[in-house]
Amino acid sequence: MADDEDIILSELSDDELVLQMQDDLYDGMKEEIEEAVEILLERGWAPYDILTKALVAGMTIVGHDFRDGILFVPEVLLAAGAMKGGMAILKPLLAETGAPRMGKMVIGTVKGDIHDIGKNLVGMMMEGAGFEIIDLGINNPVEDYLDALKREDADILGMSALLTTTMPYMKVVIDTMVQEGIRNDYIVLVGGAPLNEEFGKAIGADAYCRDAAVAVETAKELVARRHNQH
Amino acid sequence: MPTGDQPLNDQTLTDQEIAPVKSGSTLLIACGALAHEILALKKLNGWDHLALRCLPAKLHLFPEKITSEVARVVNEERENFNSIFVVYADCGTGGQLAAYCAEQGIEMVRGPHCYAFYEGVDAFAAHDDEITAFYLTDFLVRQFDAFVIKPMGLDRHPQLRDAYFGNYTKLVYQAQTDDPALTEKARACAERLGLAFERRLTGYGDLIRELSRA
Ligand code: B12
Repeated sequence: MADDEDIILSELSDDELVLQMQDDLYDGMKEEIEEAVEILLERGWAPYDILTKALVAGMTIVGHDFRDGILFVPEVLLAAGAMKGGMAILKPLLAETGAPRMGKMVIGTVKGDIHDIGKNLVGMMMEGAGFEIIDLGINNPVEDYLDALKREDADILGMSALLTTTMPYMKVVIDTMVQEGIRNDYIVLVGGAPLNEEFGKAIGADAYCRDAAVAVETAKELVARRHNQH
Repeated sequence: MPTGDQPLNDQTLTDQEIAPVKSGSTLLIACGALAHEILALKKLNGWDHLALRCLPAKLHLFPEKITSEVARVVNEERENFNSIFVVYADCGTGGQLAAYCAEQGIEMVRGPHCYAFYEGVDAFAAHDDEITAFYLTDFLVRQFDAFVIKPMGLDRHPQLRDAYFGNYTKLVYQAQTDDPALTEKARACAERLGLAFERRLTGYGDLIRELSRA
């Protein structure tokens, strides 16, 4: 926005500052986000409140506008970069201040595929919602997923694929889990632009999620359901 | 709408639709990124029965729109031609375009994307030693700014380069034609992305066989 230079963040009221942070996040302004996070901390805000009310709320708007075609990939990347800056400050504080812990997710892009923007965004939003994220990066063979799930005692497996040629590999991973008798020990979420609900069902995932916001809601719901069953 | 009768301009092919040359009995509904190649093959092989209508190449950035756009053109043109052939590969539609074509009894190009059919779909699928390669074709080299740099925001935000290409090691230029000027431009593209450069003269690959079915 044109008048940004005139705004002195520390002079804004809490409500104004939170709104300003959502704007700054939308515009990918990392330094402003970092500064605003520090200001709210100084004002005695709980790290978890800063995370959810300013950063996650702002990023949710970005997600909706991406879904609706108003923003494209570079804007999403810049916003994610700004959010990451804010989260880096908050992360060490979150653990100390007893923020809610929702569960642990292993996430990675499947073998043959090195698209990672969507996967990173999902990981970040899940983290923002209180999940612990183990990010395996790109190009993951089945062993990497299974080793990480066991080693980390994770609750959720998340797989991403952006290529028609790599989507089928998700089934290889799920089939291997079935063979090893561990499929039902984990919630399996899949995503990526060329996938759809039908594909998710066909390969035996618990859910296909069209975007990061849906991923967070779905993960919360499925984790709660699992707790009720046990 | 510009028509395929006029000399084709790459900027137009990226952004706009091109109407058919009203001569053939089979309509090719194609991606704008393939227009030059299709017209070259048509000329070379004397395929006078083929007419061409192109959708903007930029649809590739929004693959969820490809199937509905192809369907729209099929509906508009069906009456005017004996048959229709879709010159798109899957292109990230996740099988939706193939499902649509099968349902309509329309043929389309086999394979996941043009990088695969220029190399040869089977050969491309047979190796997995190139996952860190970023491919360019003649069209993409010419339209590198409009197709890669601008939509990825690298003109406005050069610092994003590594977020996009940090996991890539080389740029492979799949050359359809032997053009030293294009090769030099492709080399410059690789440099701009910070990637090693490799050129491969693929020619038109499977596109010849596929179009001969049309
Ligand atoms: C950006 C992009 C690139 C960037 C990738 C940078 C990076 N670091 O990831 C670059 C330019 C480098 C690139 C390279 C290539 N790409 Co590309 N790329 C895209 C593009 C335009 C956008 C993808 C993206 O990042 N979207 C933004 C994010 C935020 O959205 P998203 O990924 O969909 O993720 C959201 C949801 O899907 C979901 N989600 C995603 N993952 C997960 C995981 C879980 C667990 C859950 C729950 C949810 C979830 O939530 C996310 C956030 O909301 C798409 C087209 C498109 N619009 O999808 C083509 C596209 C995917 N690429 C394509 C191709 C062909 C390639 C290349 C082969 C091209 C080339 N010239 O070499 C290479 C691939 C190399 C390889 N081995 O992987 C094709 C695939 C065609 C096909 N048949 O499959 C597409 C569809 C474009 C096209 N129509 O041709 N690409």
